[in-house]
Amino acid sequence: MSPLALETRDLAKAFDRPAVDGLDLRVEAGEFYVLLGPNGAGKTTTLRMTTGLLKPDRGSVTVFGIDALAEPVAAKQLMAWLSDEPMIYERLTPLEYLYFVAGLWGIGAAESEKRARELIEVLGLTLQAEMRCEGLSKGMRQKVALAGALVHEPQLIILDEPFTGLDAASARLAKTMLRDRVNAGCAVIMTTHILEVAERMADRVGVMSNGRLIAEGTLDELRRQAGAGFATLEDTFLALVETDEEQAALAT
Amino acid sequence: MIKPGTILWFARHEMRLAWRDWSWLLSGGHSRHWCFGALGLIGVVLLIHGLAAMTLPHSVDLMAPLEKHALVAIGGTLLLYASLMLSQAMESVTRAFYARGDIDLVLSSPAAAHRLFAVRIAAMAVSIMAVALVLAAPVINVLAWRGGARWLAAYGVMAAMAMVAVAVSAVTTILLFAAIGPKRTRLVAQIIAAVVGASFVICVQFLAILSLGTISRIEFLSSDTVVSHAPQSGSVVWLPAHAAAGNWPDLAIVMAIAAVMLAGATRFCAPRFATLAIATAAVSTGPARPVARWARWRSVRRSGFRPTSPSQALRGKEWALLRRDPWLISQSLMQILYLLPPFFMLWRTFYGDGTGAMLLVPVLIMAAGQLAGGLAWLAVSGEDAQDLIGSAPITPARVWRAKAEAVAGVLAVVFGPAVVILSIIDPMLGLVAFLGITIAAASASLIQFWFRAQVKRSLFRRRHVSSRIATFAEAFSSITWSGAGAVALVNPWLAIIPGSTALAVLAATWSISPRRS
Repeated sequence: MSPLALETRDLAKAFDRPAVDGLDLRVEAGEFYVLLGPNGAGKTTTLRMTTGLLKPDRGSVTVFGIDALAEPVAAKQLMAWLSDEPMIYERLTPLEYLYFVAGLWGIGAAESEKRARELIEVLGLTLQAEMRCEGLSKGMRQKVALAGALVHEPQLIILDEPFTGLDAASARLAKTMLRDRVNAGCAVIMTTHILEVAERMADRVGVMSNGRLIAEGTLDELRRQAGAGFATLEDTFLALVETDEEQAALAT
Repeated sequence: MIKPGTILWFARHEMRLAWRDWSWLLSGGHSRHWCFGALGLIGVVLLIHGLAAMTLPHSVDLMAPLEKHALVAIGGTLLLYASLMLSQAMESVTRAFYARGDIDLVLSSPAAAHRLFAVRIAAMAVSIMAVALVLAAPVINVLAWRGGARWLAAYGVMAAMAMVAVAVSAVTTILLFAAIGPKRTRLVAQIIAAVVGASFVICVQFLAILSLGTISRIEFLSSDTVVSHAPQSGSVVWLPAHAAAGNWPDLAIVMAIAAVMLAGATRFCAPRFATLAIATAAVSTGPARPVARWARWRSVRRSGFRPTSPSQALRGKEWALLRRDPWLISQSLMQILYLLPPFFMLWRTFYGDGTGAMLLVPVLIMAAGQLAGGLAWLAVSGEDAQDLIGSAPITPARVWRAKAEAVAGVLAVVFGPAVVILSIIDPMLGLVAFLGITIAAASASLIQFWFRAQVKRSLFRRRHVSSRIATFAEAFSSITWSGAGAVALVNPWLAIIPGSTALAVLAATWSISPRRS
């Protein structure tokens, strides 16, 4: 049996209050997993801990069988991270940015050039390829950052609100590219507030609230968990979160 | 009740913002630290007063009428302050145009934008005067204490100079806009600001080297050569100097001229503010700029942008970002402007009798520490893509090493030639300079590493605000290593004392730094 793309056990992090509280998450290779939750539910904190950008207070993170806390470099070699507000270097061109990212992942010059040019072309950035990023629009920057997340061909792609700022055509292109990667055996974990995206793309959905995973499964499974009568994901999501909020209020 | 949208209303708004800025500066954002900040400020003010009292020679009769020697000294000092004020004013005016902040809100409201800019011009004059007075007030107070209340008139001259500096800067910026457009204006104005700030000191040092063979400004300004060539004491050139010394009619004239200049500049610039602010908005959202063909060829084919290793990628990225940002170059390498006179002196010494080169070693060590601190801040704290670097498969140690190598590379280019020339003059000089530059640069870089924070690269100018402890430690470390270098040239064993002090500074800084794994 092949190892899971990502497995977290009892993952926890507290700031002023618990942000993530004993999270167990399992994502398989070739799976598109969407993490939903209201603002402050702990989604971004969870993703930042899995990518090594934040140290958990307790728990474990395993990426394709590699203990990401004990061997962070080996785990990062397999991963890509894209935040909702990616920072790219204003004074590099998109092509140079991709060469730089490829260099960080130790990819040879010839290979990085081939992959970078392919991505630039697919994402429709050919005209901007050798212009400095400082003059690019927000959507174009987002595309450059997305290309950066794909240039080293990661096996686990972790995305935090990746479609913010993208126009409809670009968003569709990005979704197609991600789906292609999943079909090729990669795992994608993504947070989004656009429930329609989750509904159309996710193989499985996890719903977080107050730092915990309160529901998980396919859309049908979630509907069953939420109770009968919820036709859309939006209704299902709101019902699940509302129930959790009520239970949390009762507990306090 | 003040009517909204009026000049008074805007003035109250600006004062509130300014007061909160100052409070933040004193407290560092923690209300409990306000008291410590205020006490620290009082301590610094007392310290500067003490230094001023010790520096002013007791032999000078401050009650007597001014002679030509005194006029040259006062005039030179006022010119020094004027150049610094003009530099700061250029920077402030440019920021007022380009920083978006609340400009979009004001421009989209029905309030008259020219009123806001009129208030901001006045606020700039007040803030520039306040900063200049931090350094000048102790000297003025000591002069008044020892020479009588007439010296308090110098406060009026400082205010007048601040008004003139803002007036000149505002008009210059508007004219630059008209001549070269908004995009180039920002760069040119910022470079002018950097150069003007250093120009007076550098010019005087060049003249001092040429005429007296020394780098000392004070020695030059008090030399008989300068005094004999200066205008007669009745000349209109000395009006500000006479005013500073308590000649009240002269003070009235100086202040009146300054007030008229500021009022005229405000009248000229304020109505144009809205148009120009809108033009600057296009600068940040304008079309993408292609990299020049030659630059593309050089950067992609030759530099680190076809990197094969993470270290190479990180080094190449740091150098490319620095090379492509003229503003950063002008800011971070401004110290190099101050190195021009020492290099000039070194060049003369090389072809002369060889004496005097010793004086340059501590200057080079000091400058290396300061430059390394700035570059290390850019590489460590000013990393714009922290998440990308953090999620890359590289150990933190390898990241820091690559960044340190990037800093060292720039320092080698800047200071390498000087060390080589010193080594040819005298191998001992070269060795001490090399060791001093390396150790001072390493110390400053370590301090920036210990106090690293996640800040935008564009906040380079305000890096001193983010950690005052790091700023003081960096300066103190560079000064002590520079002292150690100077002493080592006379007696290497004696250099152990300042060297140990520098190590103690580093140890103390490390112990209070936010230690991170």
